[in-house]
Formats: sequence, structure tokens, C-alpha cells
Amino acid sequence: MRKVLMGNHALSYGAKVSRAQVISAYPITPQTEVVELLSKMCASGELKAKFIKVESEHSAMAALIGASSVGVRTFTATSAQGLAHMHEMLHWAAGARTPVVMGNINRAFAPPWSVWTEQNDSLSQRDTGWMQIYAQNNQEVLDSVIQAYKVAESLDLPAMVILAAFVLSHTSETVEIPGQEKVDEFLPPYERKYKIDPDEPHAFGGLTDPDNYFELRYKIQKAMEEALEKWEEAGEEFESIFGRKYGLLETYKVSDAKSLIVSSSTIASTARNAVDRLREKGEKVGLLRIRVFRPFPAEKIRGILSSVGKAIVIDRNIGFGASGIFYQEIKAAMYNEEQKPPIFGVVTGLGGRDVSSKDIIEIYQDVIRREEPKSDIIWKGLKL
Amino acid sequence: MKLKIPEEEIMGHGNLACQGCGATLAMRLALKALGSNTVIVLPACCWSVIDGPFPHSVVNVPLFHTAFAAGPSTASGVKAALEIQGKDTNVVAWAGDGGTYDIGLGTLSGAAERNDDMIYVCYDNEAYMNTGIQRSSSTPLKAWTTTTPVENPKESHKKDIISIMAAHRIPYLATASVAYPEDMIEKFKKAKDIRGMRFILVFSPCPTGWKYAPQLTVKLARLAVQSRVFPLIEIENGIKWKLNKEITHPSPVSEYLKPQGRFKHLSDEDIAEVEQSVEADWNRLLEKTKK
Repeated sequence: MRKVLMGNHALSYGAKVSRAQVISAYPITPQTEVVELLSKMCASGELKAKFIKVESEHSAMAALIGASSVGVRTFTATSAQGLAHMHEMLHWAAGARTPVVMGNINRAFAPPWSVWTEQNDSLSQRDTGWMQIYAQNNQEVLDSVIQAYKVAESLDLPAMVILAAFVLSHTSETVEIPGQEKVDEFLPPYERKYKIDPDEPHAFGGLTDPDNYFELRYKIQKAMEEALEKWEEAGEEFESIFGRKYGLLETYKVSDAKSLIVSSSTIASTARNAVDRLREKGEKVGLLRIRVFRPFPAEKIRGILSSVGKAIVIDRNIGFGASGIFYQEIKAAMYNEEQKPPIFGVVTGLGGRDVSSKDIIEIYQDVIRREEPKSDIIWKGLKL
Repeated sequence: MKLKIPEEEIMGHGNLACQGCGATLAMRLALKALGSNTVIVLPACCWSVIDGPFPHSVVNVPLFHTAFAAGPSTASGVKAALEIQGKDTNVVAWAGDGGTYDIGLGTLSGAAERNDDMIYVCYDNEAYMNTGIQRSSSTPLKAWTTTTPVENPKESHKKDIISIMAAHRIPYLATASVAYPEDMIEKFKKAKDIRGMRFILVFSPCPTGWKYAPQLTVKLARLAVQSRVFPLIEIENGIKWKLNKEITHPSPVSEYLKPQGRFKHLSDEDIAEVEQSVEADWNRLLEKTKK
């Protein structure tokens, strides 16, 4: 069924067709429509789930960790301050190996208050053990929720589907809502191996000494590494059933490209337009969009970037005291390569400042004139 | 006289509690009342250690460790999921006073307001014992702790968690004491058959933190009741207050205070002030139970 959906409602429908069983959430702008629609679906019986209307995001995540540990499918959504408030429980979800799936609307942190988009909220949760998927349109938002359950439940790792505040959350697009039978075929019910069950009592998460703890962390890392393949497999299976293709990365006009723009989320979809316009001017430029950020597809990125002349990483985020965060990661991935391009890092669009196709063209034209990166940050759109 | 305490032991032998731990006795009795069809959700507290290190667990029912503030919220999720699976299981959030009166109060209030279906137990040992006896908002007036040294003992009263919980109009609320096992078991059994939020505050003396000889745990718990320091009560729906044990000839409060090193620094005036405070609390309670 095709429907005009805002990004937020694409998340709600994603949870619905995935048959989430326990939902728990706390409202925050610009996430509210996600949970409003889910409340309605639960109230009408359209979605057979229990909705726990908690008093904080910390509680939302705690409730889902509890529910997931019993062995049911769980969903929540949040943004910025809410995600930060969950921080302790994000670590808990990964440590407890609960495949919770969450939508996060990328919104800038306060102070000062901002409701507009920026990636620092999700990126500051980079090391919590959550998989992170940055969507570029509302169809991908919905589809990524379904795929996230598939991958998360196969490895017992939590997953975050991330979309830009307003640019996606409140922008309406035509979205194909997949039929329930097809989704059921792709996504069977969640079966948890070690679960809270009075018939088979176990303690979960008790004090673990240095002789045992280390290996549990190793296993999370191994699961993350395995997830790289799982995302690709899930993407292929998804394509065979639904006809839409997704991978860890997306490339656009890279085969003959001398320079590549590397970005994520909606800046990447704007960059596609910029690439087309630059190509019209004869520029050999292409685009690499990072869709799955955790696990980080370093090997794939190396395969694409090692042969180009220049890489321009555009970040709508900043690691204060260092540089853009995708830039750091990509640079680190390339460091040991013999053949690698100079990598330029651009920080732009913080606090939701618009980043247009024209801006990206200007970024490209600026970088193409430079021989080598003299600093880790090229600021774009900064008013001083 | 035959005691009405179930003989079956659900909790096993061997745990990591200090000698004379009231909280351990509390769990043993609670599980006797609740039976094996029980899940325990455990935020950070002494019991995080008592249950035993991985791979050991002493309770013989599923026990899920969670973050300090997250006892009630995690329990809400566990219960919702068990219901979806069609399982009618007792979900118990088992927390200390730090997790109840302080860091978990917001989440407890949330779960209570939603009337989520759980038995919330606070075993109250009146300070952060697991981390080394720091004051909590349950620490009584004038008590010593490692963060309220004798030069500047606790200046404020113990938080009235009972009234706070009663204000949520939850279906069942009770206080219990490890010195009154039959009363405690009866209350847990009663709670088990009620739906919604049930809150039980269990007075759990702590020899390590209160600085008394471990064999005195039950005696001190009894003295707390008999001196009116810790009344045994029940409240239904937040409005029907009931005093379970009338204390017509109370023991002197000083008798309760004196064996405890945490009150050793108290002057006669201090003791008089504590006594007045206990009396005032008792009179306020009587007004509520008489209604």
C-alpha cells in the first residue's frame, strides 16, 4: 500500500508491520508523532502491543530491556536530550544483548535549545554497542526498521534507525508500506535463547570478575563484525521480497570518479543532486553514502576510496577538540592503506542550518583547488 | 505454637551477605510467601552482591540485574512481556533505600502512577550500605554515616516514603519487619493476590552500617517496632490506613538507639529530640489510621 508519510510515521509503520510487542516511549520534539501514532494503533487494536507510557527516556529503555530479555520484540523512539538521558541504559541494552530497535531523530543538543537537525546526539552514543543506520528518505526509514529487527535479533544486538529532524521527520513523502504477509515472511517472530523464564531460572547481568568480563565484551565486538555480513544478507533478502535494495553503503557514479564526496543521512541525498550538476560541468565526481555506521564498514570503504584522487567527507556533527566524526572514522580506516587519497573534512549544517546542493558544489569546488588537507576541518556556511 | 511460615525454602544456601544481614532474611521470607513463579528485577543495591557473582545465584528464581534508577521501569517491561507470553508470574522489583527513596524515586513514582502490575519491595537499611555506608534520604535524624560524620550527623528527617507512595493511591502498601516473619509473609501473600502496584517496605537492620553485633538484627528490628520507630501498617488504595500492631506500652526509643554505633555520639538532648520526632510521627500515623 502506498501512502504519503512523514518520516516519523514511517517509523511507526515500520514498528507496526514488524509486529513490535512492547513499546515504551517518552515524548520529545521532533519525535512525538512516532509514538502518538503507535499509541493510536495500540489503542485501536490495529497493533497488538503493550504500550508503556513511561515518565522518562531512561525508563523507556529500561522497560524495553526488561521486555526484550523475556523474549518479545520491542520498539521506542527518541531524539537528542532523550537519547542522552537513555545513555546509561543504551550500554545496558547492548551488554544485556537485547535486540531493542529504536528510532532516533537527529536533533542538536542544548544549550542553547535547538530542535533542528544535527548528528551529535546519535554519534555521541557511538561506543554504546548499538548498531546505527542513517536513513536518507522515508521509505528507507520504514524499510530499515524491518531490517533492523532481522539483523538485531539474529545477533542479539540493539539497533538505532536514525533520521534527520524535520528534513525527514516532518517531511511527507510517498512510502510503500509493505504487506503484512511479506513482512512476516522476511521477519519471523523473535526467539530468544537465554531469557527470563520462571521455568528455567537464571541470573542475568550479575557481578562478573575480570576472569570472565573481558570475553563478554569480545563477543559483542564479534557480533558487531558479524553484523556487517548480516546487514548485507538482510539487504539482499529484503530486495528479493520487496524489490528495494539496501547495503552498508551506497555509491553513486563512483566507477570513473576522480573525487568522492562522502556523507550520510539527508546531506548524502542532497549531494546526489550536487554530483549530477557537477557531472554536467564535466567534473568526475561521485558519492559514497555511509548507511550503516555501526558496525563500521571499513573494508568496504577502503575498497572504494583507495583508488580515488580525493575524498571529501561532509559531517553534520563535530567531535569537539578533534574534527567531524565520520571524517575521523574514514581517515582511521584508510591510514594503513598504501594507496589512499588525501581526505578532506568538512563540518557544516550544525544546529540544522540548511545545506543545499549549491553548498555542496561550493565545497567540492573549494576542495578540488586544494592540494592537501592543511587542517582537519574545513568549515562551510559558518557566519563569523 | 506452630508458626505459619511455609517450610519450603526457595532461596538456596550460601550468599555474599554480611553476617546478620536483615536484607537476606527479608528475601528468604519473601520468596517463601511468593513461591517459585516469581521473577526478581534488581537495581543496584546490596543484593546485587548478595546474590552471588557470575555464574552463581542464590535465589533460584530468575533474577535480572538492572541499573540503579531502573528497578520499577525494568519490572514494568518484564511484566508486559510476560503478559504477552500469557504467563501469570509475580514480578518483583527488589531495591534498597537508595534505589527507592533517592535515585529510583522518579521511576517508582512513574510505575506507581501507571499502577503497573508488580510487587515493589524496598528493603530499607537506611543508607548506601553496598558502597560503604553513605547517607541516603532514608537515613534517620542524627545518624552517623560515612558522609554524615559525627561532627555533622544527618540533619534532616528520614523521608516519609510511605506517605509518598500512599499519595499515588496504589492498591496495596505495607510495612514489614524481619522481626515479624508471620506478619511479613501474610503481607507478601496478600500482595501476591492483588493486581497493580504493590509496595512493601521491609525494615532490614544492617550490622555493618549501623555498627552493632550481628546477632542483634532481629532484636533491633523488633525494638524498632516496639519503640514505635517503625510501625507495622497497611494502606489500601492510599486511603484506608491500618495499624497492624498496636504499641500501647512502647519501649523507650533509647533502647533501640543505644546498641547501634551509628547513634553512639548522640547526647541526651539529641536522644530526646529523636524521641520527640518518633512520637510526633506516631501521632500523625494514628490520625490516619483512626479515620
